[in-house]
Amino acid sequence: MKSIIVDDEAAARAITKQLCKKVEKIVIVEEFDNAIDAIKYLNNHTVDLIFLDIHMPTFSGFDFIQTLKNPPQIILTTSDKNFALDAFEYECVVDYLVKPITQERFAKAVARIKNTSTGTRTHAEEAISQGEETAAIGNDLYVNIDRRLVKINVPDIYVIEAKGDYIKIKAEDKNYVVHSTLKKIEEKLPSHLFLKVHRSYIINTTKIVDIEDNSVLIKQDVIPVSRANRKELMQRLNLL
Amino acid sequence: MQLDIPNLHYIKELSDGDAEFEAHLIAILQKEFPTEKEAYIESIEEKNYQISAAHVHKIKHKISILGLEKSYEFAILYEEELKSETPSKHEMFLKILQNIEEFLLTL
Repeated sequence: MKSIIVDDEAAARAITKQLCKKVEKIVIVEEFDNAIDAIKYLNNHTVDLIFLDIHMPTFSGFDFIQTLKNPPQIILTTSDKNFALDAFEYECVVDYLVKPITQERFAKAVARIKNTSTGTRTHAEEAISQGEETAAIGNDLYVNIDRRLVKINVPDIYVIEAKGDYIKIKAEDKNYVVHSTLKKIEEKLPSHLFLKVHRSYIINTTKIVDIEDNSVLIKQDVIPVSRANRKELMQRLNLL
Repeated sequence: MQLDIPNLHYIKELSDGDAEFEAHLIAILQKEFPTEKEAYIESIEEKNYQISAAHVHKIKHKISILGLEKSYEFAILYEEELKSETPSKHEMFLKILQNIEEFLLTL
């Protein structure tokens, strides 16, 4: 996949390039220290993927996205956690990486990239054909229900519950039962939104209503929180 | 706040033994950091705190690259403070910058 890096910080560009070295399918063809030069480049070249910094002087990453008529897939890189929700407003945004980026987190982001340069099958079709029950693209999660790919809007999911060999996905408008495991779906979900709080539950932390000692209230569901996961949950919260 | 000690753990982890990358990244840090520090100080002197916040934002990444967890948390708060035009942590932040500068000189 032909890719470019747009980041005003040379250290950040060097790190992204290093992270890409371990991913065979990504080829960095150019790098830019400002959005304007990147736009000029894209007027004459096509790429499959952009690693884009949000905070850049004069022209931010979001400004840059808005100039693109047919944006390729974009992985946002930033030192700021506060823009995650804004970022996923854009369909082309595959993932949102908070610096410093680890190899492990980078690998998760790369796993979400749709392979545009090598074929016509979608990432979801590819994943399902390989026996996976779920596949994530940007804001969408595709689940395999009765041999149909059903799309779920990820931010609408508020809780996922393990039920034997199945998982129950509860979303704003509907519930879905899928033959899969919590571990598999956890890998597909954006980690800044979702957290495993119990061996049988993953929650969307933005949907929490209130928290008691060992449980959280999400919508009208009381979800248990195990002692081991409580610390991470508390760290995620914006406590006064 | 007691200053934490810079380290190369993150760089080593990224490099996975690639000495060329380590040297390249350290050279970038040694080149970029003094310029960013200077630009930050200048913006503070000019009381241009929104610009200062942008500099702190950029420096924040370097703080995290060098494994300075406490300093990183401090920088997050300081950046927000600068955005609201009420900076009170400048002296401490200068100490963090000094700490990094001295470490980079030893590499």
